[in-house]
Amino acid sequence: MRGALLAVDGITKAYPGVIANDHVSFSVAPGEVHALLGENGAGKSTLVKMIYGLVRPDAGAMQWNGAPYAPASPHVARQTGVAMVFQHFSLFEALNVAENVALGMENPPAMRELAGRIRTVSERYGLPLDPNRLVGELSAGERQRVEIIRCLLQEPRLLIMDEPTSVLTPQEVEILFETLKKLSTEGTAILYISHKLEEIRTLCDEATILRQGKVVGTCEPARKSARDLAEMMVGQALNIPTRQTGEPGEVVLEITGLSLASENPFGTALTDVNLTVRAGEVIGIGGVAGNGQDELLGALSGELPGVPTAIRLKGQDIGHLGPGQRRALGLLAAPEERLGHAAAPDMSLTENAALTGTVRERLADRGFMNWRRARSFAEAIIADFDVRTPGPENAARALSGGNLQKFVIGREVLQRPEVLVVNQPTWGVDASAAADIRQALLDLAHKGTAVVCISQDLDELMEISDRFAALNEGRLSAPRPTKGLSVEEIGLMMGGAHGLEAAHVPA
Amino acid sequence: MDLSSINPLVLLASIMVASTPIMLAAIGELVVEKAGVLNLGVEGMMITGAVCGFVVAVETGSPTLGFAGAALGGAVLALLFALLTQFLLANQTATGLALTLFGLGLSSLIGQNYVGIKAPPIATIRLPVLSDIPVIGPIAFRHDLMVYVSIALVGAVWAVLKYTRFGLILRAVGENHDAAHALGYKVVPIRVAAIVFGGACAGLGGAYISLIRVPQWTQGMTAGAGWIALAIVVFASWRAWRVLLGAYLFGGVTVLQLNLQAAGVNIPVVYLSMLPYLVTILVLVIMSANRSRTALGAPGALGRTFHASQ
Amino acid sequence: MFRLEKRPAPSRAWTAATPVLAVLLTMLAGGALFAFLGTDPVAAIRTIFWDPIFGEFAFYYRGQLLVKAAPLILIAIGLSLGFRAGIWNIGAEGQYIIGAISGAALGLAFYPTENRLIFPAMVIAGAFGGWAWAMIPAILRTRFNTNEILVSLMLVYVAEAILASVSSGLLRNPDGMGFPGSRNFSDYPAAHNDFLIESAGVHWGVIAALIAVVFGHVLLNRHLLGFHIRLTGQAPRAARFAGVNPSLLVVVCLGISGALAGLAGLFEVSGPAGQISIDFNSNYGFTAIIVAFLGRLNPIGVMLAGLLMALTYVGGDAAASTLGLPAAAIQLLQGMLLFFLLAVDVLSNYRIRPGKREAA
Repeated sequence: MRGALLAVDGITKAYPGVIANDHVSFSVAPGEVHALLGENGAGKSTLVKMIYGLVRPDAGAMQWNGAPYAPASPHVARQTGVAMVFQHFSLFEALNVAENVALGMENPPAMRELAGRIRTVSERYGLPLDPNRLVGELSAGERQRVEIIRCLLQEPRLLIMDEPTSVLTPQEVEILFETLKKLSTEGTAILYISHKLEEIRTLCDEATILRQGKVVGTCEPARKSARDLAEMMVGQALNIPTRQTGEPGEVVLEITGLSLASENPFGTALTDVNLTVRAGEVIGIGGVAGNGQDELLGALSGELPGVPTAIRLKGQDIGHLGPGQRRALGLLAAPEERLGHAAAPDMSLTENAALTGTVRERLADRGFMNWRRARSFAEAIIADFDVRTPGPENAARALSGGNLQKFVIGREVLQRPEVLVVNQPTWGVDASAAADIRQALLDLAHKGTAVVCISQDLDELMEISDRFAALNEGRLSAPRPTKGLSVEEIGLMMGGAHGLEAAHVPA
Repeated sequence: MDLSSINPLVLLASIMVASTPIMLAAIGELVVEKAGVLNLGVEGMMITGAVCGFVVAVETGSPTLGFAGAALGGAVLALLFALLTQFLLANQTATGLALTLFGLGLSSLIGQNYVGIKAPPIATIRLPVLSDIPVIGPIAFRHDLMVYVSIALVGAVWAVLKYTRFGLILRAVGENHDAAHALGYKVVPIRVAAIVFGGACAGLGGAYISLIRVPQWTQGMTAGAGWIALAIVVFASWRAWRVLLGAYLFGGVTVLQLNLQAAGVNIPVVYLSMLPYLVTILVLVIMSANRSRTALGAPGALGRTFHASQ
Repeated sequence: MFRLEKRPAPSRAWTAATPVLAVLLTMLAGGALFAFLGTDPVAAIRTIFWDPIFGEFAFYYRGQLLVKAAPLILIAIGLSLGFRAGIWNIGAEGQYIIGAISGAALGLAFYPTENRLIFPAMVIAGAFGGWAWAMIPAILRTRFNTNEILVSLMLVYVAEAILASVSSGLLRNPDGMGFPGSRNFSDYPAAHNDFLIESAGVHWGVIAALIAVVFGHVLLNRHLLGFHIRLTGQAPRAARFAGVNPSLLVVVCLGISGALAGLAGLFEVSGPAGQISIDFNSNYGFTAIIVAFLGRLNPIGVMLAGLLMALTYVGGDAAASTLGLPAAAIQLLQGMLLFFLLAVDVLSNYRIRPGKREAA
């Protein structure tokens, strides 16, 4: 391998019960944009954590410019010239931008000088940032800018980006790509992790495809179709969810002028949200993370009750009711965070079935729990949704992400909701579980349930929703039929580039 | 009632003395909480410091060595807390309570043969020139060294947290330990260091009570000062200089009620003696009623257990 | 070095075994401590843990056991409900004092009337007093989001000030020649919590403790409210999602634990202690925290832990009189027990593996 900047050779890393990386090898040349492509759980994150010095490999070796490279800590990696933008940001909300940047640098200059450099570099790359603002007050896109600027200030030779576009609007993605291309022409190698095929096809020179911890192929992504890449990544032809189209029925859910302050000091308040949902239709609500998704789910599930008339279910005011009362009326929900919100990690699946099933499945009699019924409800979910687990007495945290998500969605679906609200139903879930979950939502809608699907995965929303609306800074756009909607239009509904202009970047 | 028996100069000077133990304990706990750890064992560490300081001072005749022993005693107890919460991942609330119960038992065992003895006297430092300034001199510049040490400590903590790299890292660890870990900072060692510092400060605060304020050893003599120190950290919204303010406020209430009792004011003693505790509750209510403000002041990872998994 | 590896699910075997392990470790460390203090460690451990049940004078000590265990269990059952839900009432000592004062005051107000309803009325007043005292932190927490740990604890000092005041003022025995302390309830049959079975140490407080254990067990395992309590402690967000009203739970948990602590205080003051005096309370409210944890916050476990803790009190008294062991050593032993328990608790959720920790 001629002139590789980083060469990874036979890296292996095992965790209890799972081999995260199994003899993985690949190399990146200076100026190359190299994709690591794989499903959730394929081992991409573990691999880059080893390159960044956070995790040490069990076996195998790495080389940097031909010399052995075994970083004992991220400090060593940074000194060598490796920088990383994390998927779940490594930022500190209560600290300001400059402090956050300083924490990611080895030898930061004095704060005042650093603030100046942040301004210069951020403008040069078309990513303006105010060094004195608190990170907690920034949008998801701006937060990513902080991470990127932090990396750029160290003039890295290799920049690792872990799923960077999941928090960006299509317009922001374009700007990011401009920045990355500029960096690559300047000679910086980029290791780009994603499961989004089209992105990789436009951006990357080379791709290494991982499946269950192993390298299953390498290619020049521009010369492969997205379908070929998908099959290499998943290892089988995927079932694309099928939908039977039906006429939407009566209006079941009406949201009128819903405004709600966030409980989280750094959260987003909902402002004048309006939406009507009919029986049998799937409404997709897109938007970048942190634009009020959690608050909208909370407002609908009843965790954040408010004005009675703001939410009406089949003509009845329910805006002031709590989750239990709403469930009794047929409004069910499944939040984004599986462990700790949708399910209690240390409790058994039986107890987790009772978590939302008590009301509609009559699991309690005059206040006394009927654990036998709860158990058979849990067993029904496990059987109907193909949840892989030894049995309902197992703790929720012992399940894989995909299996627990199937359990959580199944738990609500089996309760025959009138309206089901889900947030990020397939987040962090493997492709086959994701396909099952999407199919279940479509089937449910076909049987007459109104489904509201909040998601940051635009492909998912395009696949399953009849109408699409976007959340942007706590406001919901007017919904439009999904059919015929272009990526451009979707991006604008999501807030476009949030005032950024790509023109700053002299490519 | 004879309010004229209260000399305002002496009153103000004694407020500085009364607030010193709480100030020391609170500034230590502030550092601990800034690192994301909630140590509810301040009372236990203070009383241990009080007895260790007293015993060492009596045995050696040196109050300075006494304070060193107190800091060490508090730090050792804090190390126990660090071992349990940072390495064995025990619940911080429960461990803090355990530390207090353990400290109370330990101190009465150590101190059982020292009840009724007087502590060796401590020199008052009259700062030249300054102590001769009328009014201000007697109030502020005729105290023992520890009064100045405690104020200097508050200033030092403020400066370190605000201006140094270490302070920044400490705040980062307390704000989001996962992110700090991802950037390569050693969460556990930093927290252990903070916990030990907090223990040493609490120990000093305890010794100030047994060596200067009272000055002798009685069982349970801290009488909730450690808990009040915890409340002061909340009152201070986790800002160092406000600890100074909070400590003076509580010192003031304590001294005032003692003076009113001594002056024979026509308020039953029972109400006067519960005053410091009631004021603590009142202040906590005022500070916590505004939810967004407390949320912004409290470190993001406060009280959460850190375990680097995968 | 070693590293910790999270178990996929909490280990039931270790959950049950850790309290036993903690007791054994405490005996070892306690023995070392006693040896250091110049007492024969084997004799001391035997005097504390064995003799009160099986020794020569066990007939005397066995009765003492239930007398000490009853208040501990009553208080700890209430505390464990709250601790399960993440509601930290550590001011049970204050609720205990106020409950005792309320109940005693009611009884003394009727002195010397003889009526069978007086004692039941005192019981209700005692529970009410403890409940009301616990409502202060409950309401401050729900209305103003004030930390209940600090408030409930501050109220202990307030309660102690009140106790000091009433025992030498309002409730002072008018025939007591000016000495502080109330009339003794053993001189007032209608208000006296006398032994029902003297040899076994059974008085009404013991019966109440048993009822509390059954009540706690059924509540936690069979009732929706108990399920919600456990859910709130383990995953607060999930609990809200399930429909739990967190404020209501704070009020209920603090209310139950306050009422039980008040009951314990009333039974103690009208029976074993006999009178309101400045130091009738003996830190049961704080020791019960240890009992609650040692019992794994599980009602049956709390009952066993309460008996064990009572044993250390009774055995400690015996060791103090026969071996001259200082009383503080027992207090230290109890503190140690909680420490060891928290330390070995790690085993129920983590496996210990040899090997280096990850670059931390």
